[in-house]
Amino acid sequence: MRRGQTPMTEEGAFRRNFEVLGEDFYNAGRVSTEIKEILQQVGVAATTVRRVAIAAYEAEMNVVMYARRGTVCLELTPELVHLLVRDEGPGIEDIELAMQEGYSTATERMREMGFGAGMGLPNIQKNSDRLVIHSTAGVGTEVEIEVRF
Amino acid sequence: MKLEEVKRILECEVITGHDRLDTEIKMVCGCDLMSDVLAFIKADALLLTGLVNRQAIRTAGVADVPAVVFVRGKRPDEETVALAEEKGLPILVTNLLLYEACGRLYSQGVPGCEGR
Repeated sequence: MRRGQTPMTEEGAFRRNFEVLGEDFYNAGRVSTEIKEILQQVGVAATTVRRVAIAAYEAEMNVVMYARRGTVCLELTPELVHLLVRDEGPGIEDIELAMQEGYSTATERMREMGFGAGMGLPNIQKNSDRLVIHSTAGVGTEVEIEVRF
Repeated sequence: MKLEEVKRILECEVITGHDRLDTEIKMVCGCDLMSDVLAFIKADALLLTGLVNRQAIRTAGVADVPAVVFVRGKRPDEETVALAEEKGLPILVTNLLLYEACGRLYSQGVPGCEGR
């Protein structure tokens, strides 16, 4: 991260946006790796960095696997890490069902990549202090993740 | 246990990370599903997997995994090796199956990642 590029919000929080492309398995995980590196560089504790990285990675993989495209907005305040992952895609019809460990709608290709075990959303929940999911079938999904220091 | 010792016990070939064989391995996780790896692996645990692609390297990076051993003689392609090199992640390959590889390390006293 180059300091000159660090955009500061009015409240003094660090904010950065990333693009994620659907079906782009080659770059899948690049955004969460970058987020992890940013947090390491600003000196966030290793256990917190790991939680954010895992939650971000699962959310990023969901966009790659299911959506056409998406954005990840990282916001860093003195108290917490906030991730807002928005995508244009099929949406989640039954969020409660999707939150159950083992439930998956993954295709064979996604399974070949090592995903689709039905652990994505449960993993995000496990590694976050707050998780809010809004989804409209046929439109897209918005996943809000908060990890406190 | 040092990675060097893991290499000897599992009769591994080192694909990348020859200079990092002194890495300390505290635990082992044997798994082919990356989401399960993310759910169960602890930081500093060695990953034994048959999933030989970029996602294994990405997953290792995200979850603080210090090294990866590919089992069943599966070899990563050049791009996967390049990503591991870029991330400084040692990769080893063993011809052993996952169960046998885990068993050998477990019998040498390296614990698993039990307890979530």
